[in-house]
Amino acid sequence: MQQLEQEVRQFVIENFIFGDEASDFSDDDSFLEKGLVDSMGILTLMEFVKEKYSIPVEDEELIPDNWDSVRKIASFVQSKQSASVATFSTRNESTEELYGGR
Amino acid sequence: MEAVDAREPLPAFSSRVLELDCERLTVELEQAIRDIVLRRLRRRGAVIGLSGGIDSSVTAAICARALGDNHVFGVMMPESDSSDESLDLAQMLTKSLGISSTVENIAPTLEALGCYQRRDDAIRKAISEYGPGWKSKIVLPNVLDSSQYSLFYLVVQSPSGEMKRVRLTSEAYLGIVAATNFKQRVRKTMEYYHADRLWYAVAGTPNRQEYAQGFFVKNGDGSADFKPIAHLYKTQVYQLGRYLGVPEDILRRPPTTDTYSLEQSQEEFYFALPLDQMDLCLYGKNHGIPPQVVAEGMGLATEKVQRVYAMIDSKLRSTQYLRLPPLLIETVNEVDATQ
Repeated sequence: MQQLEQEVRQFVIENFIFGDEASDFSDDDSFLEKGLVDSMGILTLMEFVKEKYSIPVEDEELIPDNWDSVRKIASFVQSKQSASVATFSTRNESTEELYGGR
Repeated sequence: MEAVDAREPLPAFSSRVLELDCERLTVELEQAIRDIVLRRLRRRGAVIGLSGGIDSSVTAAICARALGDNHVFGVMMPESDSSDESLDLAQMLTKSLGISSTVENIAPTLEALGCYQRRDDAIRKAISEYGPGWKSKIVLPNVLDSSQYSLFYLVVQSPSGEMKRVRLTSEAYLGIVAATNFKQRVRKTMEYYHADRLWYAVAGTPNRQEYAQGFFVKNGDGSADFKPIAHLYKTQVYQLGRYLGVPEDILRRPPTTDTYSLEQSQEEFYFALPLDQMDLCLYGKNHGIPPQVVAEGMGLATEKVQRVYAMIDSKLRSTQYLRLPPLLIETVNEVDATQ
């Protein structure tokens, strides 16, 4: 989780924060309240997450609860990765059952 | 902003807050336009790009009252994606006002610039099968429906009528918008051609929603020498239009961008909620009226009005770039002294 937060934070600093403001920016700061990221910024963040972590993002997941701070994004990515592992593992179990039935 | 004292009982809020004294406003606008055009800009008339919509019609009508119908020139600039109705209504207005005008078909210019080709190439980044005979538009989700971010979607229609809707990537979105912005910029170039040859000023036509929320193209329709209705809410523009005798067909026409090949309302492209509701929210926010008061007056949930307030703030910030003049490193005193 810590590494995830660092990676997201680094991306936000490189793309949306310029100069000395980075030191005043915490992982829980709301992008919206700080005026850091507009809808184009959210799109950019989403594309970064999709590409770097290979996770799909559904329309209904595009809400501030998932994207409005570094920590929220990291937490969202982690939950998607866990869900993906769980799905993969379930699929494997089913496969085994299927084959096991022979 | 006029703040409301939190200790006072909350006042009632309704659409009546936007009601105008049109007679008085008209006199004020006429005087202001004469002062701006004749004295400050030192031009002898006004050029207006006419779209057949309410904003350009009201701008032309008030300029004709202020400067005289023989000092206003209308330019109609259809292109390949324009609706025929736009030209018909604009011509109806010029007859009604008795102003001179011309039709400039900008499609060949746009073709030469690669506007359509570049737009279609960008669309194909999102929908690879898009091609000749297909139609398209860009839409936003309604912000009142959910807390979802206002991200753009592309809607296309195949020649057989099949519709598809996809969320746009930043590359595709920016590519489509950059290409279609040629339309507004070519139109403005044409308006300035006529303004230069007539020694007229160019009137911009944004209403308050458009101006405040950045619904214009920088150096396109955002460019002008003066903007006489930029302080008026959209519903006030309609009131003024009715008072000034703008033809009923124009008053009844739903606002449209008339930019994309599929029919597209302004609210689905940019404002993301009905224009009368956006007016009231913008008014409430501008006057420091708490969201719960606005919500009660409009019959909406407070949460929805809060979302709209947040969206207004976000758009004000993100479109600041559009309203800024070219920025200088240092003040040039000798120029400032003349302004």
